[in-house]
Amino acid sequence: MDAHASAGHAELEIPYNVHPRPDTGLYNGKLGVWLFLASEVMLFGALFSSLILLRTGAESWPRGYEFLNVKLATFNTFILILSSVTVVMAWSHLRLGDLKKGRIYISATVLCALIFLTAKAFEYSHEFQEGRFPKTNNFLAIYFTMTGLHGLHILGGVIVFLYFLGPGAKMWAKEPERYTNRIEIVGLYWHFVDLVWIFLFPILYLM
Amino acid sequence: MTDPAAAVEPGVDVHEHAGVGDPNAHHSPEQIRKEMKVYLTVFVGLAILTAVTVGACYGLNLPVHQAILVALIIASIKGFLVAGFFMHLLSEKKVIYGVLILTVIFFIFLMTLPISHHANPFGS
Repeated sequence: MDAHASAGHAELEIPYNVHPRPDTGLYNGKLGVWLFLASEVMLFGALFSSLILLRTGAESWPRGYEFLNVKLATFNTFILILSSVTVVMAWSHLRLGDLKKGRIYISATVLCALIFLTAKAFEYSHEFQEGRFPKTNNFLAIYFTMTGLHGLHILGGVIVFLYFLGPGAKMWAKEPERYTNRIEIVGLYWHFVDLVWIFLFPILYLM
Repeated sequence: MTDPAAAVEPGVDVHEHAGVGDPNAHHSPEQIRKEMKVYLTVFVGLAILTAVTVGACYGLNLPVHQAILVALIIASIKGFLVAGFFMHLLSEKKVIYGVLILTVIFFIFLMTLPISHHANPFGS
């Protein structure tokens, strides 16, 4: 058992937070986040399936590149890829025991996420000014649903990263390995969000 | 043949796939620095593939079906790079592969639903 329940230590420790379980070979948080990501695949999968259904059933379908801002979306794709590498670099520096560099890279990830959201807000505002709303047609309905849900996932990631930059960083002093694991599993979530965008970008903007 | 793992500190992972070791094992600082170089290389690859996607679909004026095919192939390669290297799926534990195989089966089912809808002879 991972929890070192010493005599007189009344506080209940959650087992396998740091060291892997013998049967799975993983610490519990990591298996948990992979199960969560599996459910996320189904959530976005349902929307991709809806998109295929709407597109194949439509007599005509708007081309995203004719009116969406492809240059800004390409820029956002680079930013999101950059944020994926910064989070994995943060995890690597934490594994090396370098909290300072780890925090710098986490901050860089948050900055990338905020740039992404700002660009997305600019895009949305332009679409609204042009009179393009979710109710306008099926393409815009699925475009706003999928990019909006993706944007909410980015926002969720930012909140978690800010927590680990702020109050959550206290964990490093007592349990640096556990803190490193936390960054690893937030990173897994973040890479998944990047992965979703990798498919959203060509499907919505380039086809 | 001598097991290379026997020559290093116990618990230190020396087995790796494409430059990235088992993320659940302890790595030496040298291994971690080596992995960081792999991550940066993957990042450059992803950036180039993004430029290729835009160039192929937006700049070359390909027919729609070709553009879709090219975009999906490049997106799949990028997805493989992110999942394989950043998410360490190239060197993960079997239980995660089990979870993901189940997910892929259900995902394929979801993607075939629209096709079955159009093929439904009883549909109105």
